[in-house]
Amino acid sequence: MPATNDASTKAGLLRRADLQSLIDALQRNDYRVIGPTVRDATVVYDEIAMVDEMPIGRGDNQDGGHYRLTDRADDAVFGYTNGVQSWRRYLFQPRRTLWRAKREARDFVVEPETEPAPKQAFIGVRACELHAIEIQDKVFVDGTYTDPDYQSRRATAFLVAVNCGSAGGTCFCSSTDTGPRSESGFDLSLTEFLDGADHAFLVEVGSERGAEIAADLPLEAATGADRQRARAITEETAASMGRTMPVDGLKDRLQQSLEHPRWQQVADRCLACSNCTMVCPTCFCSTTEDYTDITGQTAERQQRWDSCFALDHSYLHGGSVRTSTAARYRQWMTHKLAGWIDQFDVSGCVGCGRCITWCPVGIDITEEAAAFSGDGVE
Amino acid sequence: MDANPNAATAVSSAAMADAMLPRRFHVARKRNETADTLTFDLAPADTSDGFSFAPGQFNMLYLFGLGEVPISISGDAEQTDRLVHTVRLVGSVTDGFADLKRGDTIGVRGPYGAGWPMDECNGGDVLVIAGGLGLAPLRPAMYHLFNHRDHYRRVSILYGARSPADIVYHDEIQRWRQQLDINVEVTVDHADLRWHGNVGVITPLVAKAEFDPANTTALVCGPGIMMRFVAATLERRGLASDRIYVSLERNMRCAIAHCGHCQLGPHFVCKDGPVLSHDRVRDILQIAQV
Amino acid sequence: MDGLGRIVAEHPFFAGLDLPFRELIAGCAKNVRFEAGDYIFREGADANAFYLLRDGRAALEISSGEGPMVTFQTLDPGQILGASWLVPPYKWDFDARAIDRVRAISLDAVCLRTKCEENHDLGWDLMKRFVPELSARMQAARLQLLDIYGRKS
Repeated sequence: MPATNDASTKAGLLRRADLQSLIDALQRNDYRVIGPTVRDATVVYDEIAMVDEMPIGRGDNQDGGHYRLTDRADDAVFGYTNGVQSWRRYLFQPRRTLWRAKREARDFVVEPETEPAPKQAFIGVRACELHAIEIQDKVFVDGTYTDPDYQSRRATAFLVAVNCGSAGGTCFCSSTDTGPRSESGFDLSLTEFLDGADHAFLVEVGSERGAEIAADLPLEAATGADRQRARAITEETAASMGRTMPVDGLKDRLQQSLEHPRWQQVADRCLACSNCTMVCPTCFCSTTEDYTDITGQTAERQQRWDSCFALDHSYLHGGSVRTSTAARYRQWMTHKLAGWIDQFDVSGCVGCGRCITWCPVGIDITEEAAAFSGDGVE
Repeated sequence: MDANPNAATAVSSAAMADAMLPRRFHVARKRNETADTLTFDLAPADTSDGFSFAPGQFNMLYLFGLGEVPISISGDAEQTDRLVHTVRLVGSVTDGFADLKRGDTIGVRGPYGAGWPMDECNGGDVLVIAGGLGLAPLRPAMYHLFNHRDHYRRVSILYGARSPADIVYHDEIQRWRQQLDINVEVTVDHADLRWHGNVGVITPLVAKAEFDPANTTALVCGPGIMMRFVAATLERRGLASDRIYVSLERNMRCAIAHCGHCQLGPHFVCKDGPVLSHDRVRDILQIAQV
Repeated sequence: MDGLGRIVAEHPFFAGLDLPFRELIAGCAKNVRFEAGDYIFREGADANAFYLLRDGRAALEISSGEGPMVTFQTLDPGQILGASWLVPPYKWDFDARAIDRVRAISLDAVCLRTKCEENHDLGWDLMKRFVPELSARMQAARLQLLDIYGRKS
């Protein structure tokens, strides 16, 4: 896992023309390289081999229930805000087989799933997403039980962070203290300098294996001025962020407001579609499903992502506990912003704004949270 | 850089086998408790090692192809060669238990969760209060009390069931009633004229139970509403909320605090519970659909 | 009379009863005994008494329609039996039967109602003893109605 100290002690400038060398170096080291690319008019994170596959010159326009790719006036490589889905799916798989069982007369034998975890490199991890990965580590690695599939994917994952050059329409990471600059947790970080012909990236090293890859890159020496410039970029991004999560005292206010009328008001709009939980980079709910072949001789147990907005998420013999949408929205939001702190000493919200953008009715978690504070919308 | 990251992966896969893979157990005995409730004695199929657990803990039981369900352990923790589970047939997985025969195989993962605070019971009065199938997770606690009877002062078992036909561990309760050093009270919600015991809800039994509120631990398991009113009655009798322990139920898929299903406010019922002191859940259990 | 007054006052239902009230109530009291299986009263009959149970248990039973009689509550020594004597038209709503040999104090309803009308302080004292009892039984009935133990076996 990346080291967290002296992240900014080593740095260099990588010319835009040499960016391909980063992908090449990672591939030479047996990494499956995953980065941003455009598909279905959105930015998604998928396997890439060439810089040309990245969303060069593309930006996005995001708001509650709204996402449009835009054409930028420049050739920025990381000019979009973030991908539709986070990196979660590459560490915590949307669906996987846990094990298979074969019937033998009245007995059966259980065979573990032995597919080895891939060695992956992520290019373009935003600060909020880095925090989200560290939050999921607390769920799947740091508890009493570890999830070895997640753990092995995480241990080998090489993280190339990108500091945000602009704030997306639904971003609020500066209020959750999770961005827009990555201070630690990465192997390499990039800050994009857009200067026409001088288009380059400040590359900062965050770990030993980051340094080894950096040694393979045609870096030019970076100056103190370059570093200052990188900081200025993220400071400007932070200053231009339009939304704010009212974090001070929010946990207590939510936990003391479980019967607040606001839950019903938001439930009147909420479709319980689960989109917010599917795009959230920290949501970790999963369920299990059992399959048998038609002869009944082999069985398989699969795990797949689940959502607390699903009615059967709380199913107990006789029926579900949270039958109303209000109860399910309350569960999601109070867990994300309050219960999470009890469980993992950190909020489950990193301010990426995806749940706002991808909510079909544009419910805004910052607005809902504000409704519970004294100076809120109510 | 890792010289061979796949080496680490191989080790990790083996660790996963431990966490999510069921161990095989054979059905050694099957008994009918009531018309819809069965008790199984299980014997390990893969090893000769015994099964160690603490009273109040639960296992995930897997039926081939049907799925997995969390079921509390109902046997004596000091008899590690037999794993005992009582199952009520209330769903697609549990209904499959009706078809199990002696010698059949089921999968077992566990034991999981925090059990009853047997140490805290030492030296004081102990109230064991069960409703319906809530007696099942309390039975290991009772075996523990009986096995170490001299560690405790007064021991009372208060049990409420729907009707005489719904009483589980019927013969055993009759034996317990004959013990002179345990007070056993059973009540049913309604009965026909053959029943000579108490009829009525369990709270009046709690109201008149003999215990020293300053030095008593209450272990309570039953339907949520029953536990709420029992706890309220105990508190009115002067028992502190943090000396009242309740065993809770929630949907569980993984039992290792990964799947998110069993959350109750800030608690993972699978990990922080299923047994929790009442002061930690009192307020939240009064909220509907929480 | 003196003996009955002491028995009335010693019953938990009348704990802390003032001496003048005790004498008024004892004036309506008599000792009664029922053998195991005897009906103490029957549904529909005149509710002309209520009972302070001293020994033995009583079962309250109601017909479940086509099915057999159902016991919905049992009462222990120290409890009271019967509230219909307070509510017009003063008819019992269920059967009460002795499970064991039951010894009880029977308090005559007409006698007691007359004294309560004449002496509202006595009526208020009795009311404060009855209402918590009725409230507790109503709560118990609610819990039974919810059928909290779930599915039928």
